[in-house]
Amino acid sequence: MKKSMLRTKNLVFEYIRRDEEGNVEDILRALDDVSLEVQKGEFVAILGHNGSGKSTVAKHINALLSPTEGAVFVNDMDTKEEEHLWDIRKSAGMVFQNPDNQIIATVVEEDVAFGPENIGVPTEEIWRRVEESLSAVGMTAYRTHSPNKLSGGQKQRVAIAGIMAMRPDCIILDEPTAMLDPVGRKEVMKTVHELNKIEGVTILLITHYMDEVIDADRVIVMDDGKIVMQGTPRQIFSQVDKLKGYRLDVPQVTELAYELKKQGVPMPDGILTIEEFTAAYTTAKAKVVQGNV
Amino acid sequence: MIRDITIGQYYPVDSPIHRLDPRVKLAGTMLFLISLFVFSGYFGYVIATVFVGAVIKISKVPFRYIVRGLKPVLILLLFTLLFNVFLTREGTELFSWGIIHIYDQGLITAGLMAVRLVLLVLGTSLMTFTTTPNQLTDGLEKGLRGLKKIKVPVHEIAMMMSIALRFIPILIEETDKIMKAQQARGADFESGKLIQRAKALVPLLVPLVVSAFRRANDLALAMEARCYHGGDGRTKMKPLKYKGRDAVAYLILFGYLGLVIGSGFLPL
Repeated sequence: MKKSMLRTKNLVFEYIRRDEEGNVEDILRALDDVSLEVQKGEFVAILGHNGSGKSTVAKHINALLSPTEGAVFVNDMDTKEEEHLWDIRKSAGMVFQNPDNQIIATVVEEDVAFGPENIGVPTEEIWRRVEESLSAVGMTAYRTHSPNKLSGGQKQRVAIAGIMAMRPDCIILDEPTAMLDPVGRKEVMKTVHELNKIEGVTILLITHYMDEVIDADRVIVMDDGKIVMQGTPRQIFSQVDKLKGYRLDVPQVTELAYELKKQGVPMPDGILTIEEFTAAYTTAKAKVVQGNV
Repeated sequence: MIRDITIGQYYPVDSPIHRLDPRVKLAGTMLFLISLFVFSGYFGYVIATVFVGAVIKISKVPFRYIVRGLKPVLILLLFTLLFNVFLTREGTELFSWGIIHIYDQGLITAGLMAVRLVLLVLGTSLMTFTTTPNQLTDGLEKGLRGLKKIKVPVHEIAMMMSIALRFIPILIEETDKIMKAQQARGADFESGKLIQRAKALVPLLVPLVVSAFRRANDLALAMEARCYHGGDGRTKMKPLKYKGRDAVAYLILFGYLGLVIGSGFLPL
């Protein structure tokens, strides 16, 4: 049986806005009864529109926010308990959106070393970890460079290496590609998938790019602080209308197949890749030619 | 134009100066600054200039690159020059017109002052050119460790410094971006009187400050997520250890200081 890595139980989080006297003016429910579970070694994507609460979930898992109600468990440790704080942050590393704002040092290798230094890893071990992490993200050639001279994708890979050096069981990526160009996005996604497959790191990817979730094991769709859909990418993307209701798009091929089907072409639901599309389209065409439709 | 600021920037090459322990470089810079204000004769200027020249040569940082860092100090330099030229009332009068009197002594002090200032900036910028902010922080932290006993937050100060240095180029880039965005909408930063120009800076500074705060917030989150919790229990990737070359550097430093002080007793 697989072990649970992350678990949230009826998680509720409220932002409370106060006026000048400190009276409660407004309560904003950012998360409403969110229960989810991620198994060890899984690649899970959380999809959602801006303000859907997906980043708030991420911050809870890293114990940067504390739940108003409910509970969050990382490796069966409750994030509300102070004494587990550093263990939780060690086992669930977090990569943020803006690569510039999470790189602390002015030399790539020193930045990767920042995490291990904080948790008191001995010097020789830090060197070993820095080497391993940089090679895991393919940035060894840049180890003595200044992060300022790197491209966005490279910076984000350095940030991932910085997390990897802390040897986490799980990495949470909070829209890691939102500020990158297409090349940078591809680089980062490739790195993340490799870490998942080769190093066996559990990945929780938070994003609003549909293309990035196709290869995930499981997709969770959030809207307005609630989990509204859950399933494999294929199950999720078969429900084009429902997704659109949550102001989300589907991958372009999926959309094309969907539109063709609406026009009467016999296309199956949940097409995710161009190869699948061409195969399905050829069969559909053959059927039409034979007059079966 | 704003990108030309090179003060506080590390120049990555490998040289004997780069390899020195940061504590040596910190102490060296301090001693050098002190030495600039102790000597009185011309000979002292020669020694100090030769010393800086030699260090620049050994450090392998291109001279032109260092000089670019002098640009922002130019205005200060000009002011000191003018003040000295016009306000010194010693020696023989060379030129007088209305209330303006120029004496030969004024010209000399002005010239020497300028040399002193240039040496000062060169000396300090050399330290940042050859030391990564992280090393600098480590050096400060270890060198000033004793102050912790009297509750000076040495680690925190050092950390703040290194982060400030890391963000200089990022904020400069941001300033450039905001400036261009404002100029594209008709803002004028380059013409008009001084007051008008200062006013034109307001729409530049406000977004810059706001974004700096946002960045600071993000950075704090990222640091916490990477288990940062102050200096206690931290280990180092590159712990500081004095080596043979550091002892040599200290010797050279004290030799230089002795020479400068000694030069004061020369009849020149």
